[in-house]
Amino acid sequence: MTLDTLIIGSSGIITAVGGEPALRRRLLDMGLTPKTKVMVRKAAPFGDPIELFLRGYELTIRKEDAKNITIERC
Amino acid sequence: MKLTFALIGNQNSGKTTLFNQLTGSNQHVGNFPGVTVEKKEGNIRKYKNTTVVDLPGIYSLSPYSSEEVVTRDFILKDKPDGIINIADATNIERNLYLTLQLTELNVPMVLALNMMDEIESNGIFIDIKKLQAELGIPVVPISASKNDGIEELIETAIKTCEQHTLPQKHDFCSGELHKAIHAIAHIVEDHAKKAGVPPRFAATKLIEGDAPMMKTLALHKNEIDLINIMVSDMEHSLGTYRDAALADMRYAYIEVLCANAVTKQHGETKEQLRSLQIDALLTHKYLAIPIFLVIMLSVFWFTFGVLGTALSDLFSAGIDYVTQAADTLLTQLDISEGLHSLIIDGVFAGVGSVLSFLPTIVILFFFLSLLEDSGYMARVAFVMDKLLRKVGLSGRSFVPMLIGFGCSVPAIMATRTLASDRDRKMTILLVPFMSCSAKLPIYAMFTAAFFPDNGAIVMMALYLMGMITGILSAILLRHTRFHGKAVPFIMELPSYRFPSAKSVLLHMWEKAKDFLVRAFTIIFLATIIIWFLQSFDFRFHMVADSGDSILASIGRLIAPLFRPLGFSDWRAATALLTGLTAKEAVVSTFAVLMGAGDGDALIPILGQLFTPLAAFSFLTFTLLYMPCVAAMAAVRRELGSFKKAVLAMGYQTAIAWVVAFVVFTAGKVMGF
Repeated sequence: MTLDTLIIGSSGIITAVGGEPALRRRLLDMGLTPKTKVMVRKAAPFGDPIELFLRGYELTIRKEDAKNITIERC
Repeated sequence: MKLTFALIGNQNSGKTTLFNQLTGSNQHVGNFPGVTVEKKEGNIRKYKNTTVVDLPGIYSLSPYSSEEVVTRDFILKDKPDGIINIADATNIERNLYLTLQLTELNVPMVLALNMMDEIESNGIFIDIKKLQAELGIPVVPISASKNDGIEELIETAIKTCEQHTLPQKHDFCSGELHKAIHAIAHIVEDHAKKAGVPPRFAATKLIEGDAPMMKTLALHKNEIDLINIMVSDMEHSLGTYRDAALADMRYAYIEVLCANAVTKQHGETKEQLRSLQIDALLTHKYLAIPIFLVIMLSVFWFTFGVLGTALSDLFSAGIDYVTQAADTLLTQLDISEGLHSLIIDGVFAGVGSVLSFLPTIVILFFFLSLLEDSGYMARVAFVMDKLLRKVGLSGRSFVPMLIGFGCSVPAIMATRTLASDRDRKMTILLVPFMSCSAKLPIYAMFTAAFFPDNGAIVMMALYLMGMITGILSAILLRHTRFHGKAVPFIMELPSYRFPSAKSVLLHMWEKAKDFLVRAFTIIFLATIIIWFLQSFDFRFHMVADSGDSILASIGRLIAPLFRPLGFSDWRAATALLTGLTAKEAVVSTFAVLMGAGDGDALIPILGQLFTPLAAFSFLTFTLLYMPCVAAMAAVRRELGSFKKAVLAMGYQTAIAWVVAFVVFTAGKVMGF
């Protein structure tokens, strides 16, 4: 499954990060690397973007970008 | 010897606070050449022989944003003597990711571990010695907001630079990647030395597939082929992409390092838990937007309402008093009429009218820096992003656009806080389409003259038209000038923190100074030119009737350009020209040229110049055409180039003409 489909409040472990180079690089740089645990904290009032909790900090990312991140539920 | 330090760190790491602590108020603000990225520098207090350059807040040294490129170029080309890398200790994993990349640049470097007060209060322990040994660079724990550890940081930084102590460690990876980096570093060594780039840095960048680095090194075809083979071998045996391999390895190294050097409880810190509670309200599904609107309305109410008006009035009264005194003095001294007029009608009137913006700017930036420093702006971007995405911008642009309804000058200045160069430029171009408050007197006069029964509707229509033009223009720009995808909106939501009084005051002072410098240079010059054109005829005689002035002649010359828009009278064209000093001047120019004593006397006779449809077309043009000189100067400053500013003005005026033409033609067809 991909990160954008994760239910709010639940967590997953990243298995792969895709997308075009600039985007993928940005995601990796922010610490969204394989084997990292990510929790979906909440969604913005209009339903998008979403707020994530990983590596001890809060990150916001658009759903369409989150589609490029494959995760495993945990 | 003079030492130059580069101050580098993630956004929200407390970099600006540290810079302020290091330099105090002796800062110079400018732009890096060619981009709208801010460059601040200053001397370290008590150390006259040092300069600190505050580089943009970045997360990595990849080449995908102008901020990252600027930082890289600064270190590789300007060759600072040392790097002060600031990292947020409460978010150490992600912050060290940049640190590892910086050590590859092979420049003397110190790590300032910030927010140590929060670390202590949360019962977290960081083994500084272990961190120092593992990273191979000096590490100094500090708390920038509490001014703790700053002296030690300065001393360590100076010592590291003077002794030219390079980072001791570069190898944070093992296995296939390690082999590839070494092999490639070996291949490119000569090229790298020629280009002044550390070979190791060049090698990791090449593995990441970094196009600018490829160009800098000017590699031969066979070398490129060889590197590509090595990289695909590595990708194959690691089972991952080239860029992912490096990011992965860096984070893996940091995870081990933190497991050894940092003892912490699981989960969120106290500050994060508090932020979550605040966000339960401020980014609440239904309450977020109302709360945002209430906050912005209060800011507007204070800035353009009670506080701002009171201060502006006081300020104008002061200026009037000085003008009066100067006027009396000049009369007593029997100064020639021309010089008298230059001083009073040119200098005092021009600069005075611009200076009355000052209180507004100072108050607005007081509130804006509160909102920014507390962490609320990031939430605004989070909440508003979906709305702005459709036009190719991100949530961050919302606030400058909103401020544009008050005054374009601070709105354009506020684009500084946008995270990407592209968004900044686009927002600067769009802000003037948001109808500023100085245009209200024009709308008021025209609606009173032509649409007394539908005044509110006409006003609404104008504001709406400004916004729609802004949106359409954004879409147009996205497909032409700013094509390609926006920088991805991947933004940290920092913990809410109490803004420090020092940072807020310095920010206000900086903006005020910035505006004053422009008021007395470019705006001063512009008002003198307009005064001259208004007061003299072509034989340089002072005119008694402003209809005989050079400006009026220019008005007559360009008036035919407005015939397709429904108004070709030279007085309308002249009013548009004087509107460039300040939009309110449009009203007073009509009053003077029509021989009306004041605005009220003007209302019944405006009908001689316009049909109602032409009046609406004139208002449309006024709404959209190039902004006043104060805003033009701000645009020039923020875009960092005179040529680009002129292009922006041309663009806005062209759009204004086209929209007014469409309005007028459509109106005619519909039989108005």
